Amino acid sequence: MSGTFVGMPAFPEAAHEAVNDPTLRGNLRHATHTIRAKRAKAVTEVSDWAELREAGKQIKDHTLRHLDRYLLQVEESVTAAGGVVHWAADADEANRIVTRLVKETGESEVVKVKSMATQEIGLNEALEAEGIHAYETDLAELIVQLGKDRPSHILVPAIHRNRGEIRDIFAREMSEWGRPAPEGLTDTPAELAEAARLHLREKFLRAKVGISGANFMVAETGTLVVVESEGNGRMCLTLPQTLISVVGIEKIVPTWQDLEVFLQTLPRSSTAERMNPYTSTWTGTTDQDGPRTFHLVLLDNGRTDTLADEVGRQALRCIRCSACLNVCPVYERAGGHAYGSVYPGPIGAILSPQLRGIASDIDASLPYASSLCGACYEVCPVAIDIPEVLVHLRERVVEGGPVTREGNRVVLKPAKGHAAERAAMRAARWAFSRPGALRTGQRLASRTRRFHPRTLPGPGSAWSGTRDLPPVPAEPFRDWWQRTHGGKDGAK
Amino acid sequence: MSSRERILGRVRRALADVEQDDRPYEQAFARDYLREHGDLDVEQRVDLLAENLADYRAIVHRCTAADLAATIAGMLAARGSRTVLGPPGLDPEWLSAAEAERLADRAESTPYELDRVDSVVTACAVAVAETGTIVLDGSPDQGRRRITLVPDHHVVVVRVPEQVVSSVPQALERLDPARPLTWISGPSATSDIELDRVEGVHGPRTLEVVLVTA
Repeated sequence: MSGTFVGMPAFPEAAHEAVNDPTLRGNLRHATHTIRAKRAKAVTEVSDWAELREAGKQIKDHTLRHLDRYLLQVEESVTAAGGVVHWAADADEANRIVTRLVKETGESEVVKVKSMATQEIGLNEALEAEGIHAYETDLAELIVQLGKDRPSHILVPAIHRNRGEIRDIFAREMSEWGRPAPEGLTDTPAELAEAARLHLREKFLRAKVGISGANFMVAETGTLVVVESEGNGRMCLTLPQTLISVVGIEKIVPTWQDLEVFLQTLPRSSTAERMNPYTSTWTGTTDQDGPRTFHLVLLDNGRTDTLADEVGRQALRCIRCSACLNVCPVYERAGGHAYGSVYPGPIGAILSPQLRGIASDIDASLPYASSLCGACYEVCPVAIDIPEVLVHLRERVVEGGPVTREGNRVVLKPAKGHAAERAAMRAARWAFSRPGALRTGQRLASRTRRFHPRTLPGPGSAWSGTRDLPPVPAEPFRDWWQRTHGGKDGAK
Repeated sequence: MSSRERILGRVRRALADVEQDDRPYEQAFARDYLREHGDLDVEQRVDLLAENLADYRAIVHRCTAADLAATIAGMLAARGSRTVLGPPGLDPEWLSAAEAERLADRAESTPYELDRVDSVVTACAVAVAETGTIVLDGSPDQGRRRITLVPDHHVVVVRVPEQVVSSVPQALERLDPARPLTWISGPSATSDIELDRVEGVHGPRTLEVVLVTA
């Protein structure tokens, strides 16, 4: 079972081990660099990428601005198509609903399509506690589940494992869960994929209950969309008699036509393909084809709290492509586990602290797990300004202020451990609002510059330990401007 | 209070700062992206489809309607398929030359029975040239979703040029969202091992596409 994230240390401590693990560093560097170049090529193929990106942003923003209306429309259209809609305010409620639905079928095992929402709520663990076995069927999820590991990437949860490690996990663990790995299994990817095919086929063929998430829900038609590669999604969506889909409320798009944007941007951003091998869409139930019963569980679990934040709500545009992880210099070095959440990388650094709040050490440290280089914003297919939200959340951590938790407005206290930063900012505010004092201070700094230390003393030493202090010029800019009339006099 | 009311209430409170905007959705923002990329003529569109299908490791054949039965028979024989399944609405002519035993998809047939089928032959709803995608919509000549999933060999016939569109937007216009759709771009594949693409996981590992002209 995937481990729990409770009690995670703050990001710097959690990342420390990863940064010093040469195998992990090598695995991550290899995988992220492979996909980075391919993505860039797949995006260049489309001449209107910027327009598609803008439309994706607009569609999602519009939906979020009218989310109540679209939620009701989804409920109505899914119900009209033969589905049953459930509402879950938090993880516990979603888990209770799904557990009850599975128990009502009389089954004690389910097959699962890879789904971030069900990972977020810890559904597998909740089902296990009630005696229901949940089998992950996505190859990477299978590797994580068999390896009793935690996911470290949105798209490829086992990205931290190389082929040799995967071979060892399959050879060792498959027999515990069902059909053992073939004798003499090697580490070629094709053989590993074959082993997964054989291992999971018996589970697909006998499965009576499937559990999925969805990439999109179309409000006007009640259609759900799952985008995948392997065919495990199709197996789970079509062979069982009962299908339960757990979907975050932000996954709505208003119209069928809107899919024309995301079905172009999502595959190119995530796996760098023109189109992923399989996309399934279904609208309620269909006679003689696929599940006879379809349940949709609409999940809040912190999403409405995120929606209440005027700057942070843009994180809800996310379509979980993981392009931001693949380009992030911090993710490449720290790996996914250090983020202490099923959502790692840049998007995780702004999503987790908003979905869960910043009460824990890990969540309060996540907005700092970034160099603010902006590569994530550049590749984001729905133009989430991740650096903007990171800075906004840093301010929230340091200064405290109003936030929404479980639907209630509360005021956060400033976090501990940022006293020196707050004092420095207060001093800066004082100086910048007094031109005379600022001028005197700047002249003093210029004249004494020969005596400036290279590192800061006291609480500033941690900051300057990894940075050069900016050199102070011989003359303050404002003095130079006055003396030379803005450089017009030609004087230096 | 039900969770439904609770969530809707939270959404409305969360959006208290948002200005009322009652413009109809079509006018809410501009869609400045292209309906299709480039201006392809019919022949170029079909060529692009063939090229992109092949790029993702589908095997592409071209023939005329008169040669279709022989082409399909040849593909089944080359693979050594002993059984072939066709959906109920499939043109019987298509399998008329095949030596493999023809099976029907019965409502009560189990996934285990399907797992023993060597090959499946279907028509399609539409094909997308720019992405190399075939879409099935469950029409009688395409059958239930499961029949093109469990067997390891899928032969799909595309009538060209009438079933070929250039782009994803054009494909969506042609499709009925009320039907269960399966978009197929090449055989089953995964990028889960070191983010590198490998063909062949759970879906058909061999996808053969026949582009048939009248």
